[in-house]
Amino acid sequence: MNRWLPFEWIAAVRFLREGRMQTLFIVTGIGIGVGVIVFMSALLTGLQANFLKRVLTSQPQIQLLPPDQIARPLRNGLGEFESAIVQRPSQRTISIDQWPKIRDRMLADPEVTVVSPTMSGSALAVRGDANRAIAISGVEPASYFKIVKIPDYIVAGEARLTSDDIIIGTELAKDLGANLGDKLRVQAASGSAVVLKITGVVDLGNKGPNERNTYVALRTAQSLLGTIGGVTTIDLTVRDIYAAETVAARIQASNTVQADSWIKTNAQFFTAINAQQTSNTLIRVFVALSVAFGIAAVLVVSVIQRSKDIGILRAMGASRGQVLRVFLIQGGLLGFVGALAGSLVGVAGLVYWHSIVKQADGSELFPLVFERSLFVVTAILATLTGLLAAMFPALRAAKLDPVEAIRG
Amino acid sequence: MAEEILRLERVCKAYNVGLPSETEVLHDIDLRLNRGQFLALTGPSGSGKSTLLNIVGLLDRPTSGRLFIKGQDTGLLGDAAITRLRGHTIGFVFQDHHLISAFTAQENVMMPLLVDRGFPGADIAARAGDLMERVGLVKVAGNLAANMSGGQQQRVAIARALAMGPDLVLADEPTGNLDTKSADSVFELMRQVNRESGTSFLMVTHNLDLARRCDRIIDVVDGRINS
Repeated sequence: MNRWLPFEWIAAVRFLREGRMQTLFIVTGIGIGVGVIVFMSALLTGLQANFLKRVLTSQPQIQLLPPDQIARPLRNGLGEFESAIVQRPSQRTISIDQWPKIRDRMLADPEVTVVSPTMSGSALAVRGDANRAIAISGVEPASYFKIVKIPDYIVAGEARLTSDDIIIGTELAKDLGANLGDKLRVQAASGSAVVLKITGVVDLGNKGPNERNTYVALRTAQSLLGTIGGVTTIDLTVRDIYAAETVAARIQASNTVQADSWIKTNAQFFTAINAQQTSNTLIRVFVALSVAFGIAAVLVVSVIQRSKDIGILRAMGASRGQVLRVFLIQGGLLGFVGALAGSLVGVAGLVYWHSIVKQADGSELFPLVFERSLFVVTAILATLTGLLAAMFPALRAAKLDPVEAIRG
Repeated sequence: MAEEILRLERVCKAYNVGLPSETEVLHDIDLRLNRGQFLALTGPSGSGKSTLLNIVGLLDRPTSGRLFIKGQDTGLLGDAAITRLRGHTIGFVFQDHHLISAFTAQENVMMPLLVDRGFPGADIAARAGDLMERVGLVKVAGNLAANMSGGQQQRVAIARALAMGPDLVLADEPTGNLDTKSADSVFELMRQVNRESGTSFLMVTHNLDLARRCDRIIDVVDGRINS
């Protein structure tokens, strides 16, 4: 006997050890349950982090746009409407009014980490007989590449943008039969055109953007789209990605711009993440419940099996509290040991899954990150579940009448 | 005058009180047991011997009457105080030894001290070792109950009953499941403890030969003391 262990712990451990098969089966059951929880939690956290990274490295977290142009109803001198029908005006490409001031204000904002002005518009890419409609983004590479990680997506060439350079998507390169170093004629709707050299080909992960998205230097886009010195958007990243919507609302309230956060523009993605989290929580709750009932069932049987021992202990002077604690500790221990076994099962499952399931491009589907907090929280919750599950059998044991218990 | 260990005054015990099925199993029991006495409790099955033993052992409460342990009226004590008094004053030996199978023989002997003190200190192990020696079982001290003979198990149960140095040991047919030789040896062990340490014994038995070797025989018939 370990002289540092109190009576209740000694008895609890011995009772569990003596009922070897029973203990082994329930620990295996708890282990599988906890393993499922660990596996699912780590997998979903990894997948979400990966999705989030993909979403947030291919678009700004907040985008400042010029406010929508609206037509005001015409009124006469008496304040009456002159015309009942107001036609919605077309949204021509216009620059953000006094954008350098707004940019400076954004740079001074402690919540904002990166600010990058962008000139966007549509154009036609022509090479020989082939032509494709493209979306042009004129950017300042130094700041823009911190927001949209174009260098990470480069599959050929480099992320270099001087005034004669253009970076295009893989699909567009294929459609136009263009290779690295080839020249492209880019023609705006106004008729102005420019010839640019392909310095990089990117794979943005989606066919649509790979067909349309192109990147040029800010000045090139400004002159091509006929908005010298203007920008159509100011792209931002923020310190706390989940606070993007609040920061966007604050910016919009104090500037003459429309501020769209990534949360607003990716509402469906957000809904999908929430749905995933809800189903994960539900699965965890039901697994935890089945684990709890398993522990309770085993301990109820144990109390019946050990009623004579309980009676003897009571006759020897053990208090109801001591008997109660012996069974509570058994529940807690089962939960804790099951959590350890389950963590091993979960980790093994994750390592195996990570090794066999890959993305289409062969890269990992989710990062294999084992957060210590996941295991600590799981162990604590499993132990608490064990304690709670043991409450009923432990109370039953504590209430046993010694005479009845000894008689059996 | 000898010190009084146990006194029962007009103790009655009834079950299902207030119901049509009310049954009184003990009627006006008066009994006194002094330090160092070895009493045999005899009587036919169902006469109330075990009920009387349970009441004396503070495992059950009388329906009426008073029970004094070392002069203390137990009727005035609460559940926790009763449990404490039982642990410190009374030792039990049952017919089926009732050793806890998860522990070794010596650990079973340590159990009352462990329950009382909370932690298994070296003094507890030493005390259990002494008791194992006293009952002649040092060699099997590390055995589990299942790996010992009936006689050995009952000797361990006696050692366990003596662990707290009780004033009174209650033995419920301690030789009932043993062969004549083992029964005799177990009884002699109890008698020896009784003589050497002055521990009082109250032993339920059907064995008249053993009963005659006690200081006094209390015969219970139909819930009343006959002699």
